[in-house]
Amino acid sequence: MSKTLRIIFLSLILFLLCGPLIVVSGVSLNAKKRLFFPPEGISLRWYEELLTESSWLIPVQNSLTIAFTSSFIALSIALPLAYFLWRYRVFYARALFTLGISPFILPPVITALGFLSFWVTIGFYGKMGATMISHAIFFVTLPLVTISLGFESIEHEIVEAAQTMGADARTVFRTVIFPMIRPYMISGLAFAFVLSLNEYIVAYMVSGFTVETLPIKIFNSLRYGYTPVMASVAVVFVLLAVIIFGLIGRFGDLPKLLGALSPEEE
Amino acid sequence: MAGLTLEDIHKNFGSVVAARDVNLNMPHGRFVCFLGPSGCGKTTLLRLIAGLESPTRGHILLDGKRITGTPAHKRNFGMVFQSLALFPHLSVGENVTYSLRVRHIKKNTRQKRAAELLDLVQLSGFADRHISQLSGGQRQRVAIARALAIDPLLFLLDEPLSALDAKLRESMQLELRLLQQRLGVTTILVTHDQREAMTMADMVVVMGPDNRVRQVGTPLEIYRQPSDTFVADFIGSSNLLQGSCMGAREIKISDQHLVVAEMPAGISDGTSVTVSVRPEDISVLPGAERGDNCLHGTVSFIRDVGSNVEIYLNCNGLQIISQSTPKGRPNVKQGDEATAILPALSCIVLKS
Amino acid sequence: MIGEKPKGIRAHLPVAYPALMLGIFFIIPFGIMVAISFFHRQPGGFYIPGFEFTNYKNLYTALFGRTLSFSLFVAGLSAAVCVSLAFPFTYFITRMRRRTQVIWLVFLMSVLSLSEVIIGFAWSLLLSRTAGISNLIVWLGLMDQPKAWYPGFAALLFGICYLAFPYTVLILYPPLSRLDPALPEASQTLGASPLRTFFWVIVGSMRNAIVAAFVMVFVFTLGVYLLPQILGRPQHWTLSVLITDQAIYQTNMPMAASMAIFFMVVSLLLVLITMAIGKGEKIKST
Repeated sequence: MSKTLRIIFLSLILFLLCGPLIVVSGVSLNAKKRLFFPPEGISLRWYEELLTESSWLIPVQNSLTIAFTSSFIALSIALPLAYFLWRYRVFYARALFTLGISPFILPPVITALGFLSFWVTIGFYGKMGATMISHAIFFVTLPLVTISLGFESIEHEIVEAAQTMGADARTVFRTVIFPMIRPYMISGLAFAFVLSLNEYIVAYMVSGFTVETLPIKIFNSLRYGYTPVMASVAVVFVLLAVIIFGLIGRFGDLPKLLGALSPEEE
Repeated sequence: MAGLTLEDIHKNFGSVVAARDVNLNMPHGRFVCFLGPSGCGKTTLLRLIAGLESPTRGHILLDGKRITGTPAHKRNFGMVFQSLALFPHLSVGENVTYSLRVRHIKKNTRQKRAAELLDLVQLSGFADRHISQLSGGQRQRVAIARALAIDPLLFLLDEPLSALDAKLRESMQLELRLLQQRLGVTTILVTHDQREAMTMADMVVVMGPDNRVRQVGTPLEIYRQPSDTFVADFIGSSNLLQGSCMGAREIKISDQHLVVAEMPAGISDGTSVTVSVRPEDISVLPGAERGDNCLHGTVSFIRDVGSNVEIYLNCNGLQIISQSTPKGRPNVKQGDEATAILPALSCIVLKS
Repeated sequence: MIGEKPKGIRAHLPVAYPALMLGIFFIIPFGIMVAISFFHRQPGGFYIPGFEFTNYKNLYTALFGRTLSFSLFVAGLSAAVCVSLAFPFTYFITRMRRRTQVIWLVFLMSVLSLSEVIIGFAWSLLLSRTAGISNLIVWLGLMDQPKAWYPGFAALLFGICYLAFPYTVLILYPPLSRLDPALPEASQTLGASPLRTFFWVIVGSMRNAIVAAFVMVFVFTLGVYLLPQILGRPQHWTLSVLITDQAIYQTNMPMAASMAIFFMVVSLLLVLITMAIGKGEKIKST
């Protein structure tokens, strides 16, 4: 009996989760502008528009640029921090880690307001660089958490074994530690990238009027005149995520990256 | 002095003492076992030797030269860890030749050496396999091959066989011993299993729960002449009988008398002593025999495990266990009156 | 080697860059915002440095109070709903074979890649009169006429839960995947039915993880900005909307700052209280 309950429950959740995905795909392929049920006509014109209209291409470019730079900057901050906290025992470890996760844990509007005040005061408000740095700080938490998880999975004896075989601290990092946390770095990077692409409020507050990112454009077009192009954007993003995480799932150990134990440890 | 020397070694972690007043000399080419119960400090000693910890006091010398300050990665020892610590991101061959890669040895040479080492541990052709594809016993061998890659000065092993099942453990014990004899490398192995130590070691260092070295000697020396009650009890099984000294070679145990072959120095009349007698040295005869070192009692239990027979005798409140082969089994059953004969030569007197 | 104290000042070097970055680009902005909340607002939108409590006094309005309580309420409710649904869901996922797990996880990641605005848009369609689910239900014969179920409170709740669901699963995934399978088995051999085992043993042993997840989702959903505007009526607009409105449209930065600070303090307090309750229960039951 409980097996059927389980199947019903999972199917229900699956159905609910798929709902928006189906709708969005439907809208993006709809020939007409307004969506009716049942749907009428299939066309790829909205995808075409996405790829040809500069009013869409510019936000796409902006978002991709910001996502790339901010996720790498976030990684550059998170990696040494996570490494240091794992390698050494310092009294300020807890404080530093809390500092690292604070930007993301606070309600975004608060962090966004903080950034706004800062950039206005400095006079850098409205520049894309400001958004890049703000996003980097905002998303530091993601690679920090994933990389810390990765460090946790390294047995201390592995480092000691490398030492007994002649590796000094530098060599140990290069040949043992870095390869072992590389997948966690990649997943942290992927999370930060995807979230930056979709982030609205920080980007809006910091330079929303001068630098139009994709979420800003989509929200504006939703408010002032809806166009199905935004659905095609969403579909592209979803496909991107499926490809990226699908590749990680196929060639890496996705469950382990998300915190499960490796099959031998089970 | 040649070999590895531990000089007045003392190690504590905060307020916890891990090793106390350790003085040892281990000559080259020997197979040494550090043996003792958990928490006695044997692993700590090994880690001190490897350079993974520094002693609180004392020095470690190799052929008379101090290596206490040398960091682990400069000591050129090979170590097998309890968890094996194989690198999950490297193949078998890459794991095995890691120490060569660190020393910037060329790839061709490394590959050749990997093949040699894998042949040595009977894993020929495994070089390109992945660690996750190996069984427990195979991983064991990779860890061993890896530690031996640079022909190390010392081969250190921290309870390497504890994760294996009983049968595999037994065969690995033999293999390790034969390997060591073949290579002649000075080996130090930490274990809590005294049978393991007896099988493999040339030299056994017994450590006690007080984190001190209790006895050093060959396996048979330690077995036959335990230096104190702890060693007597830890190695093999033993009957430990409390009594008091009654003269040059006599011990009074409850209301019976035992004649012993040797009395250690410094024991005067009336001193409490413990007499250790191995079960296989005790014979049991039915009925009530008379004579020196004959203890009368009743058979309280018989344990027959097929390969040997243990007879439990209750002699006036004293429990005596005797062990014999199936062929030499005495003709008694549970509840019978019987006599245990404790030969004088087999009675080891220890200070209480 | 690991877990030692660093030797000398040079050993602290790796952490200098992250600490500096976070210090300059997070702590300082924060400090500036706190300072601004005490500044004096000039008509026309600028503000001059000062120190006054006007901005905090101005928080005592019905609008602010109502919006604050509504934000906390909707966040708490959606966190509760999310965790209640995500917990059994994640549990079932962690019991599946590795291969199947990966498929579900990749699916969840793709749901995660939907931005808040797209989710709002999608649900506004799904709950609309002309193209929504109600048309499906009419087609199945369970209803007479298609209805618009948005904008409204239920729509907002739905949207927020949908948004937070993948995060909740990701938060619960590590602890649940480490749950010893022997525990529910032991419970069943002792006579407990699967349902009872689930509540007594599985939920029981995961209490800390559940509380932690609730807190994290609560804080996450507190921050929704777009969904209330897309799926809800003006009375459903959350504090994030109000604060942004003050900052950008009313150009009253000091007011926005004081709201934000107050918001943060309140949410922090609630988090601490929830964690204390979670710990307290644990001590009581032992």
